[in-house]
Amino acid sequence: MTPLVDNFFNAQILAQYWPSILGGFGVTVEVALLTILMGIGIGLVLAIVRAMRWRAADIAIVVFVDVFRTLPQLVIIVFLYFALPYADIQLSPFAATTLALGAVLAAFATEIFWAAIQAVPQGQWDAARSLGLGFFQVLFLVVLPQAVRIAVPLLANRAIAITKGTALGTAVSLPELLGRAQSAMAIAANPSPLTLAAALYLVFFVPLVVASRWLERSAGPAPAHRR
Amino acid sequence: MTVEALNLFLDNFANWDSLVRVWPLLWQGLQLTVLLSVVTVPIAVAAGLLIAVAYSFHHKWINLALLVWIDLFRSFPVLVLLILIFYGLPFLGLKLPSFAACVLALVLNHSGYYGEIFRAGIEAVPFGQREAALALGLRPLQAIFLVILPQALSRVVAPLASNSLELVKTTSIASLVALPELLRSARVAQEQTYNPTPLTAAAILFFVLLFPFARWVARLERDMIMRQR
Repeated sequence: MTPLVDNFFNAQILAQYWPSILGGFGVTVEVALLTILMGIGIGLVLAIVRAMRWRAADIAIVVFVDVFRTLPQLVIIVFLYFALPYADIQLSPFAATTLALGAVLAAFATEIFWAAIQAVPQGQWDAARSLGLGFFQVLFLVVLPQAVRIAVPLLANRAIAITKGTALGTAVSLPELLGRAQSAMAIAANPSPLTLAAALYLVFFVPLVVASRWLERSAGPAPAHRR
Repeated sequence: MTVEALNLFLDNFANWDSLVRVWPLLWQGLQLTVLLSVVTVPIAVAAGLLIAVAYSFHHKWINLALLVWIDLFRSFPVLVLLILIFYGLPFLGLKLPSFAACVLALVLNHSGYYGEIFRAGIEAVPFGQREAALALGLRPLQAIFLVILPQALSRVVAPLASNSLELVKTTSIASLVALPELLRSARVAQEQTYNPTPLTAAAILFFVLLFPFARWVARLERDMIMRQR
């Protein structure tokens, strides 16, 4: 048992590196929140633009969605950080990670919002228009409130999955939780900092995962055996 | 954009000479990415299926343990898991080669995702189906595999496909434990050529490889959303 405790739960080392790792946790939370804000915000705007059925915008949005939905997150982060400088665009690790993850989430969110908008029956549009509401009034007062309900469980799942990508920031030496833990591990020659980082990730993500399970259950159809 | 600027851009990002030079490296990387995917996806699917079938017997404590397993591994960023396995376990005397470490990390992480997908699919099949199957004299495992699962599978095609795509995309994290898959090869090539063309090429290769699948997944998911109305 002792090597396990010494290596993975070494109190002395944990006490020494705790401040640095906590700082990394702060960066992780920051990137995560910015990613969600940017991703959901841009996704909603792009879905609304698609609802206006403006052809040139449609094509541009489809290309954007396809590219960022298809490429692995890490490939995008690495490309932004290591390739763009050749085009004289030098992004900080923070910017590269946040922009990459935000763009990926935006692509998925656009897709989810747009499908949800289309899932609202055409009759709703017709009825609202015949009552004298304008296009944007119908969209914002009638269609979107229903669409958002459909979209939320799917969005929550995607947002959580993509926010976990904050750990990928280590690849471009973003000093977030995993990166700090890894350098502490290298200096101390002991993996206890990594245990701490793993625990902090769980502290952050377990509540979100459990909440998304609950969201799914309350939004979707009830399991058959309880019907 | 002026012609010179365009030429400079193409020289940097789409330099044919450096592409020809590093192509063998990229090709090797691509093969390793495919191999990693082909090994990982079936094992992870099987692990998830096992979890879901065990869950379907509704044994109180077992189910609690399975839910903890699912949520625990869904909550871990897979890269953290990989680093723990690759850099942490050697301190306990267990040194895995990078390929094995990647497979293990990806399988553990995605056993949670696949487990949840299959579990939700099985739970959505009316309970009467199992009662009827048992009443007809089928054994519990026969009831699961012959009656419940086929119905469950047809409900979860979209999330299954979507998750498998995510798994294949995630294999790129292997580059961070020095496994020379496509992304890693491209980084190595880039350092040899002082030119981002290998990275561009890798991105294009990933895109060409995954795009048909991504389109298919998107259509399945869209159909699923449309059915909710």
